[in-house]
This record gives sequence, C-alpha cells and structure tokens, in this order.
Amino acid sequence: MNVTRGFTGRPRVADPGLPPGQYDAGDDWPVLSAEVTPDLAPADWTFRVDGLVRAPRTWNWDEAHALPESVYEGDIHCVTSWSKFGMRFGGVSLDAFLDAVRPEPSATHVVAYSHTGYTTNLPLSDLTGGRAWIAWDHDGRPLPAEHGGPARLLVPHLYFWKSAKWIAGLRLLDHDEPGFWEQNGYHARGNPWEEQRYSGD
Amino acid sequence: MTETSAAPAPPAAPPSGTFTPATRFAVPGRIPVPDEAASAWQTVTLTEIRRETPWASTFRFRAPAWAGHLPGQHLMLRLTAADGYTAQRHYSIASAPDDEGHIELTLDHVDGGEVSGWFHTTAEPGDEIEVRGPLSGFFAWPGDRPALLIGAGSGIVPLMSMVRHHRARGLDVPLRLVVSARGPEELIYARELGAETTRVFTRSAPRGTPVGRLGAAHLAPLLAGPPAGGWEAYVCGSNGFAEHASRLLVAAGQPVDRIRIERFG
Ligand SMILES: Cc1cc2nc3c(=O)[nH]c(=O)nc-3n(C[C@H](O)[C@H](O)[C@H](O)COP(=O)(O)OP(=O)(O)OC[C@H]3O[C@@H](n4cnc5c(N)ncnc54)[C@H](O)[C@@H]3O)c2cc1C
Repeated sequence: MNVTRGFTGRPRVADPGLPPGQYDAGDDWPVLSAEVTPDLAPADWTFRVDGLVRAPRTWNWDEAHALPESVYEGDIHCVTSWSKFGMRFGGVSLDAFLDAVRPEPSATHVVAYSHTGYTTNLPLSDLTGGRAWIAWDHDGRPLPAEHGGPARLLVPHLYFWKSAKWIAGLRLLDHDEPGFWEQNGYHARGNPWEEQRYSGD
Repeated sequence: MTETSAAPAPPAAPPSGTFTPATRFAVPGRIPVPDEAASAWQTVTLTEIRRETPWASTFRFRAPAWAGHLPGQHLMLRLTAADGYTAQRHYSIASAPDDEGHIELTLDHVDGGEVSGWFHTTAEPGDEIEVRGPLSGFFAWPGDRPALLIGAGSGIVPLMSMVRHHRARGLDVPLRLVVSARGPEELIYARELGAETTRVFTRSAPRGTPVGRLGAAHLAPLLAGPPAGGWEAYVCGSNGFAEHASRLLVAAGQPVDRIRIERFG
C-alpha cells in the first residue's frame, strides 16, 4: 500500500453499498457524455432489436410504452468514481423486448447503440433476468435529455457508461465487439464490484 | 448517413435483420490508448507547486515511467489513507507531451473537496502519489486538424496542453482558444495566453472589456471563416458550460460529429 502523506480522506462510515474506489455523490448527479446532447423528441425516438434474433423489431414511443411497466429502485455507479444511492427509474424490462424478438441460441453478446452514434458492448446475460431496462422516467418525471432522455438503457449492476443514453437499439451477436469507450481503453464488462474500469483490470 | 447533418435521425431499417449502428460522431476515438498504460498504477513525485490564481495551482510531477500522452488526455489519480481508504479522481494533463519524464496537473481548489483539498492544503514537493493513464483518446488532439478550443474555469487545462503543444512544435495548423472565466484574476494561465485566445469574463473584466457570458457573437467570427476542412471543436468545463457552449456551436453550424466534449461533472 502506498500511503499518501497527510491524507486521511473525508470522515466516512463504511458503506457496504459502495463498490471499491467509489464515493457517494449525494445529491449531485454528474453528467458525463462526450457528445452534444441531442434534441430528441419522444415522437422521434425509436428502439430496435435485431441481429441474431428470429423476429427483428422496431418499437416507437407508444408501442414501447404499451409493454408492461417495470421500475428499478437502487444504486448506480459511474466509472469516474461517484455512485448514487436510491435511484428510481421507470420504464420497461429489457426481457419484454427480448422475448418479443426471440434471440437465436447462438447470440452471446450485444452492441447497444444510441441515436448519437455512441456504442457499448455487453454480454447478453447481463441484459436478461430482470437486470436491465429501457428507462424513461426518473423519480416519476421524464428523464432529462442530458441524462439520456427521452429513453436510455439502464444496466445498473455495471458501470454506468454501459447504460447507453438516447438508446436507439441493440444488435445481438455471437461474439464480443468493443464499443466506443471500450475501444478507448475501458473494460469490456465493467463490473464495479471487481473494479473493472480499464481494459486489463 | 451523412457525416454532417445536424439533427439526430433514427437508424435506417436494415434490409434483412442485419444492421450496422450509425456512427454519427467520430467513433471510434481518434487515438487508440495502450491498455497497459491505462491499467497500471505508477508512483510519481511532486516536484513543484505553482500558483496560477487564488483558487488554482499547477502541480508538477516527476514521472519516470510515464509512457507519454497526447494533448487533451486525462489520467486517474489516487490518494491512499493510512487505513487503506483510497480516493480516485480524474485530472486532465496540463503539460505538453514533450515535457519528458514530467507531467503537470492544474487543480481548482474545490470547497470541501477531498482530493483537491489535500493538494491545496497539504501537498509538498517530495510527496508521492499514484496515477494511471493516459486515458481516453477521444478528447485528444494530435495536432493534425484545425482546432477550435472552448473552455471555462479549469476546463482550460486540457486545452492549454494543446496550445502548448502547438507552440512547442511550431505547428501551423490553425488553432484558436476561447476561454471563459469569472474575472481576470480567475483566468488560469493568463500570462501564457496570446493572440490565439478570445477571453470572456462573466462577472468582472478589465476596464473597457465587456462583462457577460459566452455568446454567439464570440463564436461568429471564428465559425464564419473556418479553415479549410473545417474546425474540430473541443469543449471543456462544467456540465452547464459544456451544454451551453456545444449548443452555441451547433446553432452556428458546427457539425455535431465534430464537437468533442469533456465534462468535469
Ligand atoms: C475527465 C475529467 C477531467 C478533469 N480534469 C480536471 C482538471 O484538470 N482540473 C480540476 O481541477 N478538476 C478536474 N476534474 C474534476 C476532478 O476530477 C474532481 O471532481 C475535482 O477535483 C473535485 O474533487 P475533490 O476530491 O476535490 O472534491 P470532492 O470530494 O469530490 O467534492 C466535490 C464536491 O462535492 C462535495 N462533497 C462530495 N462528497 C461529499 C461528502 N461526503 N461530504 C460533504 N461534501 C461532499 C464537496 O463539498 C464538493 O463541493 C476533471 C474531471 C473529469 C471527469
């Protein structure tokens, strides 16, 4: 251990909800995106799932909202070291979309892509089983554009760059294909509990 | 998909279940980052502290294992307490790449800040800390394309690395810097800024200089006469500033896929 002379850190209580190397951002919800925030109206938003699926499909806003509502209540963790506790997002479980398109057995990975061109890769198993959502509400209000509104992917058990803002679609693949930050040195999976920040971690 | 259209468009429907995601902005990043550098912590030694403004100082480190960086990149820094607690934060690299074996960071003293607080109240030459990087090739500028740099507050830090690189190498590719500060006393690197820089003061300004926030009028002359091939725009600062400045750029005709944004949170 490389102790920094004179550094004690802020008084803290050990919080079992905080992954290693993270701090509680409190009321702050920092915005981290590399591109211009798009002006995307709900009427112009679409969400497509294709690739290795039997029935590729595109949903528009109303069609997506007709699926059963599902809420995530819990924490989120950003690779830049902040975490936020007790978030509440409303939307639809990704299972509902995936059930509709019927993934091929050969599908193992997903590239999620946004309406801005941002991409991020995920194992398909991280998106199923009630662990991922398409989210459009935060605390009962429409998700603000700078946080990915009208709708973003939400995969709260991974670092938040995986939860692509302005989500436009998922493409199912039989192999892993690095996305935007992953091509820029970030980890392929991004599990906060294992501190998978950068490729090689 | 055209490279330059300004409005987000839904991806085109695929012919037969296959689809290549549209890449509206420059994906992938311009510079591949070596993975080894990004994942390994290295110890660097503080050699010098220079005050820039009453609220910001530059910290110079001897970094013998530093693999080099491109202007605009940042690193991750870690402080460790005696009980094993660590605090990690991102900081942009202020120095130009040619400053071999050394790197410089410029930190704002954030009120109640855990890491910047330690740097501003406790750090002394000789102290050792850990860093890893450089990180993210997306905001990097290798000095190849005309660069329009827009920053506020400590958002000038990665942009200054670009300006210093431009000068150190005697590059003739066009480069302009627009920088916003509350007042002249808060303008970081004030003495180093030259003819390439447009200064915007939001609260107080020297006599004869207008006070007010960055507006379309500041950018109009730069965007009305872009260099051949157009500008690559780099925007850096708080999220509020990044939103404001990037919207001004889009409104002035700068293509969205040629605006790179670094948000300090
Ligand atoms: C890519 C990138 C590059 C950056 N580059 C730079 C740079 O070049 N220069 C620079 O100055 N900054 C830069 N930043 C910002 C930097 O990473 C830090 O966020 C900043 O220095 C503040 O860190 P801190 O530990 O001092 O403050 P923190 O401890 O993180 O506090 C930030 C604010 O939150 C409050 N706060 C947080 N937690 C608590 C708590 N538990 N109790 C009470 N209050 C709390 C503090 O009072 C303060 O107001 C960059 C950020 C990014 C993402």
